[in-house]
Amino acid sequence: MSDTTSPATGNSRSKGSFNLALLLLEGRAFFALIAIIVVFSILSPFYFSVNNFLIMSSQVAIFGLLAIGMLLVILTGGIDLSVGSTLGLAGVFAGFLMQGVSLEIFGVILYPSVWVVVVLTCLLGAFVGLVNGVLIAFFKVPAFVATLGVLYVARGVALLMTNGLTYNKLEGRPELGNTGFDWLGFNRLFNVPISVLILAAVAILAMVLLRRTAFGRWVYATGGNARAAELSGVPVKFTTITVYVLSGICAAIAGLVLSSQLTSAGPTAGTTYELTAIAAVVVGGAALTGGRGNVRGTLLGAFVIGFLSNGLVIIGVSSYWQTVFTGAVIVLAVLLNSIQYNKGPKKAETPAKPTSPQPESKA
Amino acid sequence: MTEMSVPKTELGAAVLSARNVAKSYGNIHALKGVNFDIHKGQVTTLFGENGAGKSTLMKVLSGIIQPTSGEIILDGAPVSFSSSTDARDRGISIIHQELSLAPNLSVRDNIFMGRELRNATGVDFAEEARQTRILMEELEEDIDPMTPVEDLRLGQQQIVEIARALSVDSRILIMDEPTSALSASEVEVLFKVIRDLKARGVSIVYISHHLEEALQITDHAVVLRDGEMTAYAKRKDIDLEWIVRNMVGENFDLGSPPTGYEMGAPALSIENVSVPDASGVDLVRDLSLSVRAGEIVCIYGLMGAGRTELLEAVGGRIALTGGRVMLGDRDVAKLRIADRIKEGLVLVPEDRQRDGLVQTMSVGQNLSLASIGNFTKRFFTSSADELAIVDESIARVHIKTDGGAAPIGSLSGGNQQKVVIGKMLATNPRVVLLDEPSRGIDVGAKAEVFKLLAERAREGLAVIYSTSEVGECLSVAHRIIVMRRGRISAEFSSDVTKERIMAASGEAVAADH
Repeated sequence: MSDTTSPATGNSRSKGSFNLALLLLEGRAFFALIAIIVVFSILSPFYFSVNNFLIMSSQVAIFGLLAIGMLLVILTGGIDLSVGSTLGLAGVFAGFLMQGVSLEIFGVILYPSVWVVVVLTCLLGAFVGLVNGVLIAFFKVPAFVATLGVLYVARGVALLMTNGLTYNKLEGRPELGNTGFDWLGFNRLFNVPISVLILAAVAILAMVLLRRTAFGRWVYATGGNARAAELSGVPVKFTTITVYVLSGICAAIAGLVLSSQLTSAGPTAGTTYELTAIAAVVVGGAALTGGRGNVRGTLLGAFVIGFLSNGLVIIGVSSYWQTVFTGAVIVLAVLLNSIQYNKGPKKAETPAKPTSPQPESKA
Repeated sequence: MTEMSVPKTELGAAVLSARNVAKSYGNIHALKGVNFDIHKGQVTTLFGENGAGKSTLMKVLSGIIQPTSGEIILDGAPVSFSSSTDARDRGISIIHQELSLAPNLSVRDNIFMGRELRNATGVDFAEEARQTRILMEELEEDIDPMTPVEDLRLGQQQIVEIARALSVDSRILIMDEPTSALSASEVEVLFKVIRDLKARGVSIVYISHHLEEALQITDHAVVLRDGEMTAYAKRKDIDLEWIVRNMVGENFDLGSPPTGYEMGAPALSIENVSVPDASGVDLVRDLSLSVRAGEIVCIYGLMGAGRTELLEAVGGRIALTGGRVMLGDRDVAKLRIADRIKEGLVLVPEDRQRDGLVQTMSVGQNLSLASIGNFTKRFFTSSADELAIVDESIARVHIKTDGGAAPIGSLSGGNQQKVVIGKMLATNPRVVLLDEPSRGIDVGAKAEVFKLLAERAREGLAVIYSTSEVGECLSVAHRIIVMRRGRISAEFSSDVTKERIMAASGEAVAADH
């Protein structure tokens, strides 16, 4: 105990500022979001309005959904590069179902209703995640490589399904009973876009899962130290597979929301979105080495990135500069993460450090 | 480096000295003010049990770690090494206990790693290969310089490690357990090389668990115990008995076997179990062992005797071949770890940092990790139930902490070890296997850990723990099993002497019997 408290009491004079710095460090994503809102509200009269926030949020929702799935994977110490492609594939698959599935043997065309489309698309996402998970947990393929491969395969399948074209007729027809797909992307409930509500629901589910279930504890333990977790009876393989399945489902939901927002499903939708999702998780304070991070941070991370790029658009900064800014924010976030997570070991080392220069000065 | 003007075996010429060298890791004092000298052209052997601080001291002397206080004197002037490279440049090199070779690289590239010989076009590979061949000849080992290190057997890898240290032409060579993987003939060659080096004026610091072997080669003996130097003598004044007496000490009490209760039926019966390594060589051979409820069994053996493999195989960590592992009347040999824990068989691993603790979690989350099911109702965990389990564990295994929410890194090594033990005991096991439960913790914490095991044995728990410190065999264990090369070489009751245990392990032959 004494070794953790002594450095704090050691510089008790600067304790006030020390605590403020600590507060700023730990709540950095939150303060960054506040700063972004304040700065852009000053720079643009259009930025600070409820409606603009809701519009921005509905765009953030896509990345937020991907990021929550990504968070689960990253917490176990893995990475899922396939979510962008899965998003694209899910959109195309939903579009394909909405066009009607013709069963030539029976000479009929099935028009599944929207909820069937949603369920089947989520199952597709789960399947993609299952492939990832099995490759990683059972065949010991490094997560980076396995999901990189699946990234290509899923994108290729999406392109094959449409021959590179885009499905445009997603609204359905009343006489076929399959209308309502646009509800996900366009409608509002109590003036809040449905996509934002979906994000909120998924976020709450993920929070409960991580904080209040045995599975959540398994996720953190697997990422923190898989060997110790396994010896403690944690089903590490099951946990690994499940997080990829959940990430796939999140990507599928994001794909549904995006194609509904765009009223079209293109096979190239979601390209490089996996990188934005990873960025959101990292900006939210999670460690890529696993075991650290939470849903609240990840949501904040997604909003920081989304609100920043939106703000830059509103004040008319070129999209090239937006890329530079986003990159800088991510690097800064990782830098701060390493400062925060290295705090512990550095404290332990400090008593040893001062002794080494002393003999040197004598010699 | 090798041409020195000083007479070759001048006594008292300390090349390297440690003065009051202390090293602490948080609350753990690995070294508590050690003084000793290394003489020119002579072999100084450090004796001491595991955790006595030998390796820490060697790391300080070779610049790998910096001492917390005290100073190192090289050729009469205080020095501070910023790194092992710095120490190497001043003529000190070390052969590590754990091999530090890159398995994917060739013997030649390993030997010259980090100090490649340059010529006009880059690296002078031909010269490197030539020097490697000379070194291999000197060590009488027929290894081609281009062989990848991963293709060599362990003993040959150790030879490469030794060759690397020799190739630097150091004045001071530190050898930390250089013979642990060598065959008898290879040890002979190494000793010949050591004598050559002495003749050339190289000073050698030698560490070995094989006491007799070390006595053959050494000129001075330094004994460490619990981070302090307890004895020093010249070779001619001492014998094996002197070393053992000073190594183990007599003065601390690690408890005695709990008595006054009836032991139950056999809780765990290991029957004819073998454990192969990756290449199919049996590390544990056809071993049988039975432990009764309430009984404490200690497994003693040197490094490589197969203790860890036996315990890990029984715990479910690695696969075993043949035989049965009967827990009560059920064979658990095929079960997954999680199912063995459910059946009441738990393993406390040897390396608590690597296998025992989740560093990103709090003390409480670590303690409750193995018993999540006990505080989960339907789908949700109950914070209140978890807190109860955590608080009970903290109290039962006497963990000194601010509470369950404290970060695990804030605890001392002994308390971290108690967390790992407490975590497994919280699952209410019938049998607990502990692999070196006392590794890297101080004497006080050791005594507490053993007391804890004795308490739980009284309640009917069957306990098997392994140790490489002979003093710990004679603490709470009812029965002492000695392992040697994968088999049980002897079995003793708790009234045995340390010397007999050490003799059975192959560490030292009992002198008078």
